[in-house]
Amino acid sequence: MADIAAPNAAVLAGDRRTGLHKLMQRKSTIAFLMALPLILLIGILVLYPACYAIWLAMLNKSMTKFVGLGNFQFLFKRDTFWDVVFQSCLFAITAVIFKAIIGFVVAHFVHNIPSKGQRKWRGMLLVPWVIPPAMSTLAWLWLFDPAYSAFNWILAHFGIGPVPWLGETGWARFSVILVNIWAGAPFFMIMYLAALKSVPEQLYEAAAIDGAAWWQRIWYVTLPMMRNIIAITALFSLIVTFANFDIVRVLTNGGPLTSTQLFGTWGFKLGIESGDIPLGSCVVLFMVPILAVAASVILRDINKRGSEV
Amino acid sequence: MGFKKVSRRRFVGGTAALSSVMVAAPFVRGAYAAGKLSVGFWDHWVPGANGATEKLVKEWAEKEKVEVQIDFITSNGNKLLLTTAAESQAKSGHDILAINTWLPARYAEQLVPVDDLMTQLIKDNGKVNDTVEYLGKINGKWVAVPATVGSQIKGPCSRIDLLKKHANIDIQAMYPAGSPPKADDWNLDLFMKAAEACHKGGNPFGIGLGTTSDNVDSIGAFFHAFGAVLVDAKGEIVLKNDQVRQALDFYKKLMQFLPPDVAAWDDASNNKFLVSGQGAMIMNPPSAWAVAKRDAPKVAEQCWTHGFPVGPKGRFAPFLPYFWSIWNFSKNQSAAKSLLMYLSSASAAEQMTNASGGYDLPSFEKLTTFKVWAEAEPPKGTLYHYPNPYNHQTLSVAAAPAPHKIAEQIYNQGIQTQMAVRYFKGEPLEKTLDWASNEIEGFMRN
Repeated sequence: MADIAAPNAAVLAGDRRTGLHKLMQRKSTIAFLMALPLILLIGILVLYPACYAIWLAMLNKSMTKFVGLGNFQFLFKRDTFWDVVFQSCLFAITAVIFKAIIGFVVAHFVHNIPSKGQRKWRGMLLVPWVIPPAMSTLAWLWLFDPAYSAFNWILAHFGIGPVPWLGETGWARFSVILVNIWAGAPFFMIMYLAALKSVPEQLYEAAAIDGAAWWQRIWYVTLPMMRNIIAITALFSLIVTFANFDIVRVLTNGGPLTSTQLFGTWGFKLGIESGDIPLGSCVVLFMVPILAVAASVILRDINKRGSEV
Repeated sequence: MGFKKVSRRRFVGGTAALSSVMVAAPFVRGAYAAGKLSVGFWDHWVPGANGATEKLVKEWAEKEKVEVQIDFITSNGNKLLLTTAAESQAKSGHDILAINTWLPARYAEQLVPVDDLMTQLIKDNGKVNDTVEYLGKINGKWVAVPATVGSQIKGPCSRIDLLKKHANIDIQAMYPAGSPPKADDWNLDLFMKAAEACHKGGNPFGIGLGTTSDNVDSIGAFFHAFGAVLVDAKGEIVLKNDQVRQALDFYKKLMQFLPPDVAAWDDASNNKFLVSGQGAMIMNPPSAWAVAKRDAPKVAEQCWTHGFPVGPKGRFAPFLPYFWSIWNFSKNQSAAKSLLMYLSSASAAEQMTNASGGYDLPSFEKLTTFKVWAEAEPPKGTLYHYPNPYNHQTLSVAAAPAPHKIAEQIYNQGIQTQMAVRYFKGEPLEKTLDWASNEIEGFMRN
């Protein structure tokens, strides 16, 4: 038996070595191994907390009993929750649209600046995006502050009465969206600028020869060439804006009443401040289906265009 | 933040009474006692105020040969709250942690009962008020010791000159330094008239109606003054009553005389309003006065801290105690109890209060007459009535007497301020009551 088994074992070991060698030579294996540290990091810092949040969302208030989807059912019956859904959608969609428009316009301006001075402008325009939002929002808080508002001080010089920037529902929503646009538009600008630089100049030359006006060049050349980057940028921004916490937290803390609460701030209010961690987790997790639908629509559109090309 | 200390020696040897006051639960330095203690204190607003706590802990640690690690944890950005939640979840962290108002009830099952300490402390320092008992004694057991550091009364801090000028009120005569209050006339009617007069004079009262603590505390005291209860002690929603309607009517009228954006105020807004020189009155502990002393001395010279106006059901002022608690996962509970006993002595309380310039308030009856409050200036005696030395007002907390799990949510979500703002903005009163009832029903889930 031993005589027979020995060669077989050697063959098997050789096969295994060859198999491993082949496996290691595969591009996909190398790619996987190189990505492994990142995968582990995401697993620990994203996947585990996400799964833990799902688990928490299915516990009762005192976290002693599994209640399945009971917390979600409970939330659906709360008026305040639906207010938060509306406000989050209003906040994210309005902010992303304006960030995209402003980013697009500013990117064109910067693109048309001679390359010598362009770097300076690019750097300056990125400043709102690179400052930590909690810090820059504090500066905005002072600008809106009821006692010391610089905006109201300026308006007073023109005989315009004090604006309750953070004190009235409409103004408060306007203010938090404005600050989000201010902080986020540079991201769109830099992405669009990169996309603009990759549009072949010949296309514009051909359009000019055909007598296209400036808006026709934008509509028929620039926009189609930038569609994918616009879609991807909008998706990224939508995710980040939906999950916004710091701006609202610093500026209004969700008020007045609950008119500026978003999923993140409301979840924090319920979970940490009020001691109902399962319900807070539920509120925050409610972003997932909304963003999943948005992501699938946008990515499907991109894939469709990719296969058309 | 913090400091490593003293010695790495473990507790050794025999039994010994820890201190002269330590009778009920003597801290025993036994062979099995661990020699380390980790403490998370609230990081004080007042510069240098942590020093007294640090010094006292060091004294105790040297005496008891314990290695103590102190962390001063800020409550800014809810850091202390998050630390508490994380330690509760992880069942690991500090041995002693400073926790605020509602947290003893929230974490009661994870805290070491301290009835032994409280029995002795009450014997030594006098009774604690009903609010401290409501917040710290859960199901008949004390689960935390009321801390001197961070505990505060959020009473009115008024401008002497502006109240005289606009409302013809001499607040110093009503609350004279060194003597009992003569404030029988200081009632809700006079308060409303003063608010109106100061508003007309261009210096309105600064009483916030946001959902943060200062705002909720103020409205809570006014609700108590009307006897307006949303949820009773049994957990029944009883908010559709005349007292609540009266309280809301009162606030609807008052809001006409407040700055237009009070619905968005946070805990800093009222301070800024006073320091800016615009406000004739705010509801705050003396931190706003202390900032004014530094940044706007002319304003500080005119500030006077005093009592709330009396309402149909009495005179109530908001009291927000901090507590020192011991986690049940602490491996050195006897040492932790010993330290808390040491920090709760009259002498320690006075040192802490002095270091905070009078901001901190011990919760015990006999500890409300320290010199610091009589001597604080300018003007001399400005803080004399801050600690309620004559029990002139009932110390209260908003949302009491509801069961803690409901009251905490009413408080943290600012249900009372939201009701006032809704009603003020034109929502019919009954609709506001329905809204509040619906919200509170949501807090009943287990």
